[in-house]
This record gives sequence, structure tokens and C-alpha cells, in this order.
Amino acid sequence: MLNIVVCIKQVPMVTELPWNEKTGTLRRDLAAGMMNPACKHAVEAALRIKADGGAKITVVTMGPPAAEEVLREALAMGADRGILVCDRLLAGSDTYATSFVLGRAIGREVPGCDLILCGAYTSDSETAQVGPQLAEELDLPAVAYAERLEISGRTLRVRRLVDKFRETLEMEFPALVTVSMEQYKPRYASFAGLNRAFAEADILSVNLKRLDITPAELAAHGSRTKVRRVFIRKTQKENVLITGAAANAAAEFLDKYQRKISAVIGKSIEAKKQT
Amino acid sequence: MMTGKRKSIWVFGDYRNYYQNRVTLQLLSKAVDLSRLLDAEVCAVVVGHDLEEWIMEYTAHGADRILAVDHPSLTSYSTEHYLILMEKLVRERDPDILLIGATDFGREFAPRLAKRLHTGLSADCVGLDLTPDGLLVQIAPSFGGNMLAEIVTEKHRPQMATVRPGTFREIPHNNERTAVVERLPLPAQLPPARVRQIQYERAVQREHTIENANVIVCGGRGLGNKNNFRKLDDLAKLLGGDVGATRPVVYAGWAGHDVLIGQAGKHIKPKILFSFGISGAIQHTAGLGEADFIVAVNKNPQATMMRMADVAVVADAADWLNHLVKELRRRIRE
Repeated sequence: MLNIVVCIKQVPMVTELPWNEKTGTLRRDLAAGMMNPACKHAVEAALRIKADGGAKITVVTMGPPAAEEVLREALAMGADRGILVCDRLLAGSDTYATSFVLGRAIGREVPGCDLILCGAYTSDSETAQVGPQLAEELDLPAVAYAERLEISGRTLRVRRLVDKFRETLEMEFPALVTVSMEQYKPRYASFAGLNRAFAEADILSVNLKRLDITPAELAAHGSRTKVRRVFIRKTQKENVLITGAAANAAAEFLDKYQRKISAVIGKSIEAKKQT
Repeated sequence: MMTGKRKSIWVFGDYRNYYQNRVTLQLLSKAVDLSRLLDAEVCAVVVGHDLEEWIMEYTAHGADRILAVDHPSLTSYSTEHYLILMEKLVRERDPDILLIGATDFGREFAPRLAKRLHTGLSADCVGLDLTPDGLLVQIAPSFGGNMLAEIVTEKHRPQMATVRPGTFREIPHNNERTAVVERLPLPAQLPPARVRQIQYERAVQREHTIENANVIVCGGRGLGNKNNFRKLDDLAKLLGGDVGATRPVVYAGWAGHDVLIGQAGKHIKPKILFSFGISGAIQHTAGLGEADFIVAVNKNPQATMMRMADVAVVADAADWLNHLVKELRRRIRE
């Protein structure tokens, strides 16, 4: 039976972002979380593999204690086991540090793992870097942006579309794949699944000590990048204001922008000149 | 000649299609800007087979030096082989900055290379700058481009960034330029790639989806009721676009979840976005990406969506929608 790890991340639900308009900063610690959408697709891909040929699915997340929620969500969808990597010293880790710690956690807690799946990117920082860097950390063959996975024996076949090329690639287990949002539309958790995820959840919380990562080691493998400042994008729009009676304003608007619109839609909406 | 080593800014040559080649040229242009401020050399690195075309192209677009690894075994892109070659070159020559286009290839390749080199990397940058002491400031988007972060790699080298295509303008082609071209041999011990390419073809146009639509007409609660919302279909049809909705509209049952635009729904990047009766809460605007041209209609000129718009129409959204449809029909019929 395949031993699959799915790395998932809790991202802030932007609806709920405690947002300071003046300073342009975000209190992430106060934001409500949800499972990153692409990670959910990765969980779904694992569940399809499990349905086809059997698999044990371990979901792993690194985050604050509240990130346990996304593990429960994945368990409710049908994953078997959750691991929360949680330690104060990990706050603010960049992808370099995150891939180091996740690599250690998977190596220690899920030995003999055949396949690691990650979401292709997250909806918050959008780096798409953790998956490829985790592959590097664990020295695994890897493919990003997978749309379809097929398994035969120990061989994994991956289809993807990158830079306008359609590719089919193959590699042997153990391997890592990041899953795009093109296919594998995530299922909803069943009632039984929800029950199980809360009543008898198999969730393990591990800290740096349990992973034998000393502060010195963490420093050596720690973040390479530093965020100097975060700010809201300034709009550089011309911001033309149109007022007045709707009938006239609509015609005026089209007169002014007809060329631009015609060019985009590929047909003319230019008014014929009155003679 | 001074003995001190001159700093070097590297640009990775990504050339597989026109779009990939363009981002490489755009990065060369930015590298030239940065090189003046840092008194550095601009170096393009290109790996593959039959590279003369790219060597000439990168020379004409600003490279001072070109490192070319040309071999028949490198005919198609291989992340694994490119990693081995680039890691070796960087370790031997120690560039200060390494820029890679944020193509699909670049965004898979760069993280692995950065990890191998034990250095930092920022993703999909939409701006690059320098601190007064010469550190590369990498401006990276997050939350669908609503927020930007300034990122630096203080201690480790090279400072690496992937950069979004279209961020910089390429220098015009100049045949007179010359560059030092170093043709480097393939290391003898290139192992077989663990990821095998079974099939590889130019993709036919991807089927139409709301994510790649050129025109989107989006409606919010300000349209008043379901019937008014339905009129968006007429406008979409006239413009060959798609209809999108905000969360309150989907909750109210005016539209299906499959057209929800925003953080919890679809992320769109249309050339033209019409926004009717939408205030512009961040959970919606987080899905808007980089709409080129936004037309917003709202009674309230202070609404966020109105402030984000290129054209802000102060009007009743349903009323204006009706008139716009009528006027467009008249023009298209004519």
C-alpha cells in the first residue's frame, strides 16, 4: 500500500483579515484561517489514489496551533493521519527554512514515504517554492503543476501544461509532485468524515525538540530572505469619473473607449459617423 | 586592470518560446540598469543546443558576457540537468545577483537552484530596486497582488529572484553591441535524469475558462435583484466575455458558485473588467489579479471598487447596465 504525505497550509481567509488601512499591515495572528485551495486539490489527488489502489494518507502542516483545523478538515475529507509541526521558533520562516523543517518532519515521522504531494502554490504568499525546495531537501525527483497522476507499480506518470507545452513525465517512487488546480476538484467532507475528524482524530503535534532540531541547526538552515516592509499596492489608474443621466453617459462612455474595447473583443463597437 | 573581482549580475536564458525569450530580454534590460549603479557586469547564461540565435539575441539586448553550455544532450529542457550545470557555474564564479523569468519553468527551477546554493529567493517579483548599500530589493506580490512585500537576501549569495514577465521593458535590439562569449564544455558526468520525458508537444489553445477570459462582467448586490443580475448575460454575450459574481450574490442564489470571483473563488486577469454594483471588499478584489482596464458602476463614488477603476461611473448599476446593453446592441447592429 502506498504511503502518501500531503503537505497542506492554513492561509488567512481574506474576508476576515484584520487589516490596518493606515499602516497597510495585516494582523495574521488575528485572521481566521482556511485550507489553501491548491492544498485541498492535493488532498483530493491523494484520496483518488487511495480509492484506486489503496494508500495511507498523512497530512502534514507547519503553522501555529490553530493550523490543526486544516488537518481536521483533511481528515474529514478522508485522510488517515495528521501531523502538526508547531514551534514558536518557526514563526516567520521563509521557504528555505520551511522546506528544511518539513523535510525533517517527514523523514522522522513518516519513514518510507512513497509520494509527497503539495499544492502548487498558496493563496497568501504565492511563492510556489516550498514544494520544489522540499524535493531538493529530500533529494527526490519532482514535477510541479501536475494536472493528472497515474500510477502503475512503482512508476508515477504525470501530465501537465507548462509554458504552453503539454508534457507527460515519468518517475519512480519516492517522488514529489505539486498539484495544480486544473483537475482534482476537492470533495466536500462527509458527515461521517467530520465525525471521525473530531471524535477519533489521529493528530500528532511535533515541535523542534521532538524533531531533534537544535536552535543552532535551525539558525544554520534558517530563513535566507528578510521582509523589510509590506504595503498595499497603490493604484496607478487614471480614474475617470463619469456622472449624469445613464442613457447619455453610456453612449459617452462607449464613444470614449470604443477603440480600446473593440480591440480587445475583436469586433467593432464604434458608432457610425452621422452624416 | 584592478585585481578586485568585479561584481556580476546574471540573467538565466529562458528561450523555449517567444514569451519566455521576451522575459529574458526584459531581465537583461533591468540588469543593465542595476549594473550601472553597482558597477557590475551583465552576464547571460544559456544552456541547450544550437544556441547561436540566443547568444546573438542576448548580446544585442545588453549582455556583456555570455556563458553558453551547448550540447546535443541538452536539446530539451531538463530541470535536473540545468540544476547541475547552473549550480556548478554559480559556485565557480560567484555572481552577486541571479535573475530568472517567472515562467512556469523558472518558478519550478529557481526554488531548487536556490535551495542547492543555500541562498534566498523571492517569487514572481513585480519590481527590483537597490538599497543605498547595494542590496537587491525584491518586490514580490501576495494576496493576489493586493499586497507587496520588499524582500532582501542579506547575507547569502547570489541574491535570487524570479521576475514576472512584462515587469520591465527590453532594450531595443542593437546589432552593434558585442559581448564576451564563453563556450563551456558539458561536465562529463551528467547522470541520467530521474524525471523522464515521455511526451512533449506545443499545447493547442487551452479551452476557454473564466480564468483566461479577456472580458469579464461582474455583478454585486448593488444590482438589486436576480433579474437585473441576469442582464449581465446580455452584456457578456455582446462583448464575448464571461459573467462573474461576488459572494453575497452567490449566497443570494443569483449566480452559481462556479462564477464566484475572489479569494474563495476564481482568480481572473481580464483585459477589461466591468464591475456593476460591487463595493470592492478585499475578499473579492483578491481575485482580480491584474485587470488591465476596470470600469466600475456604483452609486457610491467612494466605494473601493470605484477607486480601483480606470473609469468610475456614478450611477445606479442596473440602470446603467440596461443603457449600456441597449447602446451596444444599436452599435453592433449598425
